[in-house]
Amino acid sequence: MPPSLDLVLQNPAVWRGDQYAKVAVESIPSGFDELDAQLPGGGWPRAALTELLASQPGIGELRLLAPALAHLSREQKWLALIGPPYRPYAPGFESLGVDLARLVVVSTRSQAETFWAAERCLRSGACAAVLAWPGPGSERVLRRLQLAAEQGKSFGVLFGPTRNAAAPSPAPLRIQLSAARGRLGLQILKRRGGGWAPPLSLALDAQRFAHPLTPTLSRPSPYPLPQAGEGPFCLLGKGSIARDLRVSRLQRLQHGVA
Amino acid sequence: MLWACLHIPDFSLQLLQRAAAPVEPVIVSSGGNRPMVLSCDAQARSHGIAPGMKVSAAVALAPDLVERHRDAAGERHALERIAGWAGQFSSMVSLSPPDALLLEVEGSLRLFGGLRQIMLRLSGGLNELGYTGAAAVTPTPTAARLLALAGLQSTVTDLAGLESALSGLPLALLDQPAETVRMLALAGVHTVGACFALPRDGLARRFGQSLVDELDRALAKLPDPRRPYEPPARYRARLALPAPVHETEPLLFAAKRLILELAGFLRAKQAGVTRLKLTLCHEDRRPTVVRLSFSAPSRDPQRILHLLRERLARLELPQRVEAILLESEEARSLDSRNLSLFPEDNVPEEERSAVLDHLRARLGVDAVYSIASHADHRPELAWRACQIGVRGEPGAAEPGVVEYRAGGRPERPLWLLDQPRRLQLEDEAPALDGPLTLLAGPERIESGWWDGNDVARDYFIAANGQGRRFWIFRERGTASTWFLQGIFA
Repeated sequence: MPPSLDLVLQNPAVWRGDQYAKVAVESIPSGFDELDAQLPGGGWPRAALTELLASQPGIGELRLLAPALAHLSREQKWLALIGPPYRPYAPGFESLGVDLARLVVVSTRSQAETFWAAERCLRSGACAAVLAWPGPGSERVLRRLQLAAEQGKSFGVLFGPTRNAAAPSPAPLRIQLSAARGRLGLQILKRRGGGWAPPLSLALDAQRFAHPLTPTLSRPSPYPLPQAGEGPFCLLGKGSIARDLRVSRLQRLQHGVA
Repeated sequence: MLWACLHIPDFSLQLLQRAAAPVEPVIVSSGGNRPMVLSCDAQARSHGIAPGMKVSAAVALAPDLVERHRDAAGERHALERIAGWAGQFSSMVSLSPPDALLLEVEGSLRLFGGLRQIMLRLSGGLNELGYTGAAAVTPTPTAARLLALAGLQSTVTDLAGLESALSGLPLALLDQPAETVRMLALAGVHTVGACFALPRDGLARRFGQSLVDELDRALAKLPDPRRPYEPPARYRARLALPAPVHETEPLLFAAKRLILELAGFLRAKQAGVTRLKLTLCHEDRRPTVVRLSFSAPSRDPQRILHLLRERLARLELPQRVEAILLESEEARSLDSRNLSLFPEDNVPEEERSAVLDHLRARLGVDAVYSIASHADHRPELAWRACQIGVRGEPGAAEPGVVEYRAGGRPERPLWLLDQPRRLQLEDEAPALDGPLTLLAGPERIESGWWDGNDVARDYFIAANGQGRRFWIFRERGTASTWFLQGIFA
């Protein structure tokens, strides 16, 4: 019996183009399975800087982070918004499931202040996430922020325009965002472990975030079981290793049920 | 009982040198009609000045001499501050004016890990406050004081060794009138040991009962009660700078002395402060006041210094500073906290508030805030800026609203404009970087007739061609007046 394609692909000597090196990094589930599968560690990297470069502000760059922010706001640490472009609206954040008692808004008057406050918050270890809206920063400034995020084990996010994509950056994760037919298009420009990442398109419909503040256990599992008649093999087709691993877990689950 | 005596020699001089090392030779004089040199620093001594000299003679020896009058009240006050600081080492601290403190240390031995450790921390801490002193430990306070005044760093832990330890000390150290000491010297008695050898009744008849009593107290033959020092509720200390300064660093150096003293004072009380006031006194101007506030009670000297550095760095001093005054509000008890099994999971409350305090110190108090929902239908009033960490009413809405929302909460934007912005019209339709498509709505909000800010609006969610989504409204009754109020980021 010839070995199945599956077995061949599991051979470590076989390298696939969409594959990236596995890096053990602490991460926060993004709440989007398609995105988690492409991120090293299976989620937003904790203790690192992430750059989100949007073609236009207001296309959903914050809602992309909402599940992670809601998750992080359950920790006894701050969520800092530094130099936001507009006034953060309490009912909006609340409807995303963010605990407002953990939210800290820092208004700044200059770019230097934004960078300073972001670095101070990242380094402190007292902030679970630091979201900052600075202008374009030099590589040196960004490197300081990255080191601060590593030291404080904080999820640092910098928002910027797409034109920043051309500038070099020490942030380990850089994602370019664009709006496409009511969905949010993502192109991972840089990630730990390297490799080419396919462009993603996520649906940021309001309903999926409309969960109230509930403890983690009662939230629906981020890994839904396949529907009846839908075998795990249809997922196997173009999956990365991370996805394959998850499918094998699903198979085990199904066997356990059956 | 085991008593430690901390003696600070040349206390009045050390008080002057505490804030900064003076450049010129310094003497402390007695004041009055014929001022005398009471103490002088090493520089003055190298010019040939010695205590007991007339001030006029000293000035002749060193023309650039800085002369300061002795300030007995200030010394007493400073000694009390040290006693407050020393309260962290013992619950029984007693003043022994003018320049010594007595601490009962036997009760603290276990906490600090032995006599050696506690004495090291005492003398190390004293150095950080800007003093150098000698410390002696004996079973009786009187003996400890005699040894410390003699400058001997000796430790005697049993009563049997006391007599031999004291016998070599000069009689001048005793708390007796100078006349008594002089007469004893004339009789050939120069040391405490020689006094011990004399017959008690004769000694008492010739020199008074008080001499015999003092010797008995030193050897624990008489009880030796001491009045414990009770620290005040607030800390307040003034430190004069030897020369007026304008720069931040020397000010911080001087402030550090007081802040360390404050930290010890608070540790003794097991308390922290949330507000501090530092007054910078100028020669002939109104003093500059720096107020520090912390979101949680704190006594960490590093943190206080950090904030102070931040504040002093952006302070414009109108004139040079010649003295600083540190005042605390009433100390508040610090909450004890449980330690987590996994240290990285748990950031102490103090650390969490430290970062906020630092941000406030640099960016301004109003620049750091949190937001909360408010029970109002009008979007611009449905939120409030509030203190950080305060949890508002969950949902923060009227009961009717909760029911209505349970069916499907209307979506709310993440950004709100401070003022609604009038939208341009293109072919009778609202436009913002291209024509807007209405995705959801209308949601009618009509409220506020009772307070004069009544609104009657139809809200829509709209998107433009680039995929940005906006929260726009139309005044009810008008067809073509559109406003942008929020952005779904």
